[in-house]
Amino acid sequence: MSRVLVGVKRVIDYAVKVRVKPDKSGVVVDGVKHSMNPFDEIAVEEAVRLKEKKIASEVIAVSCGPAQAQETLRTALAMGADRAIHVEVAGAEYETLQPLHVAKILAKLSKDEKADLVIVGKQAIDDDSNQTAQMTAALLDWPQGTFASKVEKSDAGLTITREIDGGLEVIKTKLPAVVSADLRLNEPRYATLPNIMKAKKKPLKKVTAKDLGVDIAPRIKIVSVEDPPVRQAGSIVPDVDTLVAKLKEKGHV
Amino acid sequence: MLSIRKPLTSLLQLHCKSNVLVQIRHASQALPQFSWEKYNVKRKNFGTIQSSDIGFFKSILDEKRVLTDENDILPYNIDWIKNCRGQSKLVLRPKTTEEVSKILKYCNDRRLAVCPQGGNTGLVGGSVPVFDEIVLSFALMNKIISLDSVSGSMVCEAGCILENLDNYVRERGLIMPLDLGAKGTCHIGGNVSTNAGGLRLLRYGNLHGSILGIEAVKADGTVIDCLKSLKKDNTGYHLKHLFIGSEGTLGLVTKVAIHCPVLPNAVNLGFFGVKNFDNILKLYKSAKKNLGEILSAFEMADFDAINTTVRNLKLPNPIADYPFYVLVETHGSNEAHDSEKLMSFLSKEMETGLILDGTVTSEPAKMQTIWNLRESIAGASLKSGYIFKYDVSIPQKHYYDLVPILKKRMGGRAVSVYGYGHVGDGNIHINVVVPEYNSEVASLMEPYIFEEVSKVNGSISAEHGIGFRKPKYIHYSKDQSALHLMSDLKKLMDPNGILNPYKVLPDEP
Repeated sequence: MSRVLVGVKRVIDYAVKVRVKPDKSGVVVDGVKHSMNPFDEIAVEEAVRLKEKKIASEVIAVSCGPAQAQETLRTALAMGADRAIHVEVAGAEYETLQPLHVAKILAKLSKDEKADLVIVGKQAIDDDSNQTAQMTAALLDWPQGTFASKVEKSDAGLTITREIDGGLEVIKTKLPAVVSADLRLNEPRYATLPNIMKAKKKPLKKVTAKDLGVDIAPRIKIVSVEDPPVRQAGSIVPDVDTLVAKLKEKGHV
Repeated sequence: MLSIRKPLTSLLQLHCKSNVLVQIRHASQALPQFSWEKYNVKRKNFGTIQSSDIGFFKSILDEKRVLTDENDILPYNIDWIKNCRGQSKLVLRPKTTEEVSKILKYCNDRRLAVCPQGGNTGLVGGSVPVFDEIVLSFALMNKIISLDSVSGSMVCEAGCILENLDNYVRERGLIMPLDLGAKGTCHIGGNVSTNAGGLRLLRYGNLHGSILGIEAVKADGTVIDCLKSLKKDNTGYHLKHLFIGSEGTLGLVTKVAIHCPVLPNAVNLGFFGVKNFDNILKLYKSAKKNLGEILSAFEMADFDAINTTVRNLKLPNPIADYPFYVLVETHGSNEAHDSEKLMSFLSKEMETGLILDGTVTSEPAKMQTIWNLRESIAGASLKSGYIFKYDVSIPQKHYYDLVPILKKRMGGRAVSVYGYGHVGDGNIHINVVVPEYNSEVASLMEPYIFEEVSKVNGSISAEHGIGFRKPKYIHYSKDQSALHLMSDLKKLMDPNGILNPYKVLPDEP
């Protein structure tokens, strides 16, 4: 295996409270701290480890988004990716960018860059789609190992442990392949100072979807974005009998 | 910043700082020895609670706010590091200043001793009773009264939890001027009464500067209204300062007016490995010079402090093992400006070798993980045994001297001895962890440590206060003349001595 392509998405940092815009057209992103989607951090970490184990020779980080996506790419470079590709998608186009668009972009880049493996996070914490890996694999007609909690190189290709309902599933795939990273795959590193400095000088190429021949015309229209319903306050009951009576009354027991 | 999107939080096993505290609280179920037994104290000549007294309290508070059941009272009798245990039989939970006033007037007339309690996160036993003092809990006095967005002054009741206040003002573009590990539990009234320091004192100064006004109740029930929200007010004696740091011995703080600085637009946090303590001092000098006005915290921890925390609480250490760690935070108004400054400082000090390696981030979640590691040190050793905690101010060139000395002195008797703290303020926390408390081990350290601190003109209590544990050592840091004036003030404001007895003031000879 020589080349790994990693998809990284810039999302609102998960320690920040997300607010819905008053006009319900989306969430407030201006002036809000963003960082790399945590599952994508795991994907980058895995790719970098493959390189450290000399299984991979080069790691390319890709991000689709506005100019600030370059900050996310710099983080990937600081973690150990060798170079980065920024697919610029800004403004209204970015708001309607869907997993299918991203999958088409990743598929095209995988071919252009002659990637042997694509790793992405299993989902992004903003839209929670969990589709990009699967669609990319389908478009490329490559095997896929989604929700990976362990990735090992075997003679024929990869042995991937998948997190599935009720347990783990071990599969073998040939290469090239697409893998999506689950939470337990690894614990991503913090970029070290020398690597943060070095990352500033690593190559970062900017392209547009048009350059890649990918149509990113909107396929959806956002009708309304709403806050989740506010949890209703609980009440304290004086004793067990009252509790049982109340549960019965509401039909829970 | 601390509200985390829920599902991911549980997935990534991030602990909110306050949860760590709760978790540790329950780490050891064994009850500590009674304070009076452990430290050989005699009960002073106060009245004892009669059923008529309880009847009176029930008449001014509703019944639910008068706790007499042993199980309900137990948590109020024990401090969170399980060092002290009192024998109170009564807990009162007032909701208003008027109720506090009525309670105190009654107690004063009846010579009933009172122990005020906030979040009970103190480290010197100041917030738990020693004998049967009535616990006066401020937990229900938790209303925010006003916030002036122009001046940044907020007025609130004493029982507001620091983290709640911080969240409230953050939504309005401000922050609390103090921040400490116990923020999820401690009360602002307790912070003020103990003059709490914490992590950002370096930048925003101590509470004598940030507290604009105070309302407090004297022992006889008189309400002292110094609740002005002005930055400048030179009218007569600055009485509010009497209640800041006097640990509830001169009066009980019921409301505070506090100045909140602006929420910084740009925050950066670096966590570095450093070879030795001398290099930490050099790095501190360089940080002051090169980061200047944006420097908001400069903290250190030695290897054992970090390692114990990582191991005991299963927290991630973002960087490799180093003899010393330094945490540098910046608060500023312009991201690009701050990060440029920080980067040039970092490249320079990597080159000079003062920084061996480390990481730097401006991502809130990552910063939270790093701060969490630093803030969790205080409670991390509760699992390994009994902790002797020392909180001293020492001129910076001697800052770390005591740790190796104590290590040698304790030898195999200690599980570990480590130091961490606020280098910028000359304040080091030294923890000595032993398998279990015994007076023999204690006598090896006390008064030895205080003598050593006194020799270099340090303070035996930088931010934790004197509380129950340290009155007999206060003379190492306070001159007799000052102690006499303290005693005179106490007699003037609380002639019957009912307010937080056995605390702060040394016994009269």
